[in-house]
Amino acid sequence: MLTRRIIPCLDVHRGQTVKGVQFMDLQPVGDPVQLGQLYAQQGADELAYLDISATVESRRAWEALIRRVARQLNIPFMVGGGVRAVDDVERMLRAGADKVSVNSAAVREPELVSRLSREFGSQCIVVAIDARKENGDWWVYTHGGRRRTAWRALDWAMEVTQRGAGEILLTSMNHDGSREGFAVEIVRRLAEALPIPVIASGGAGKKEHFLQLFRQGRADAALAASVFHFGHMRIDQLKHYLKENGIEVRL
Amino acid sequence: MKVAILKYNAGNIFSVQTALQRLGYVPVLTDEVQRLDKVDRVIFPGVGEARSAMAYLKQRGLDQWLRRTTKPVLGICLGLQLLCEYSEENDTPGLGIFPVSVRRFPPHGKVPHMGWNTIQRLKGRLFRGVPEASYVYFVHSFYPEWHALATAQTIYQVPFSAAMEQGNFFGVQFHPEKSGEVGEHILKNFLEL
Repeated sequence: MLTRRIIPCLDVHRGQTVKGVQFMDLQPVGDPVQLGQLYAQQGADELAYLDISATVESRRAWEALIRRVARQLNIPFMVGGGVRAVDDVERMLRAGADKVSVNSAAVREPELVSRLSREFGSQCIVVAIDARKENGDWWVYTHGGRRRTAWRALDWAMEVTQRGAGEILLTSMNHDGSREGFAVEIVRRLAEALPIPVIASGGAGKKEHFLQLFRQGRADAALAASVFHFGHMRIDQLKHYLKENGIEVRL
Repeated sequence: MKVAILKYNAGNIFSVQTALQRLGYVPVLTDEVQRLDKVDRVIFPGVGEARSAMAYLKQRGLDQWLRRTTKPVLGICLGLQLLCEYSEENDTPGLGIFPVSVRRFPPHGKVPHMGWNTIQRLKGRLFRGVPEASYVYFVHSFYPEWHALATAQTIYQVPFSAAMEQGNFFGVQFHPEKSGEVGEHILKNFLEL
């Protein structure tokens, strides 16, 4: 049976994996390649690397890092951050990334999603959606959560799916950093409505949250950063717990 | 031992290349028949669309080379599908090495089949030492039909042939280069046949 996936996310700033709360107070937690390998050994199903500096100057270093990751890692990984055009995606795929996530640029230019999936295949195009619940509705935000758009999360997810997105990475801004559980309700709405996998992010604090996400939220995958970096949770232990509770995972 | 990766207009060459390097091989990337004649193993990878990939192979005479060769060939993903008889993807005739057709997954489930799934009913040389129900990584929207010749089965909506073996030809629908230690084991089995 196809398993649910656990995807640790590594935020990279100037070549270092960093942790911080709401992009503040960033502390280095180590070499992204070594940490990625450690997670892979612990049973991560996939990895996500996010370039949080994403400046034009840092591009080359970022591509060099992707190449290092690709050489070392024997599981798939996605990269994201600062994707603006077809060229950016091409360079990241050529450096060895399996998937590239696109966020603000897709909202600015929805046609970009169509072009990317035609050019490189849907399987490697992930559309990342940052959403916030306000007055009962989930709204899409861009620019690291600073700008609200006119899109409702479900409508936007449907739009990019029709344009050929291969997966949706949904981050709930209400839950991100809270460690009080994932946004189960909106994840479920997306997972049931969409013909493509939904990766949920934001709010992971303990094992029970992942179980709830898979059981009630019907997510295809869970992405989390700090619970793994801070050493609160080991991926292998999390997966054993999920398996014991009837969730199909790779052990 | 010389290994070639058949380089054509379907991506995914880089990850196969790095996987082989991790195993200590220095693969040659080529689409030239003359260079393929000089190697001991050929890996035929591919993520892409069947019809244009097949057109490229024909244009380069690689279809004839593949049909004739007695060297061990490993098709991965689209590579395996092109070694089959026929693909529903844009109504494409294949090389006809494996006597199966490639079908599209029914639309009621999520497509592509993406992620980790088990391989079972394992047999043949590729799976020596690989435990039943091992997990491997898949990304595909078309699948080779289940056939008695298959050396591995996976179930996603329907049971399908996750691997085939016939003479010097091998094929896997999953990506051994992205399947962790299990994948490395399978690649090693192929290289050390």
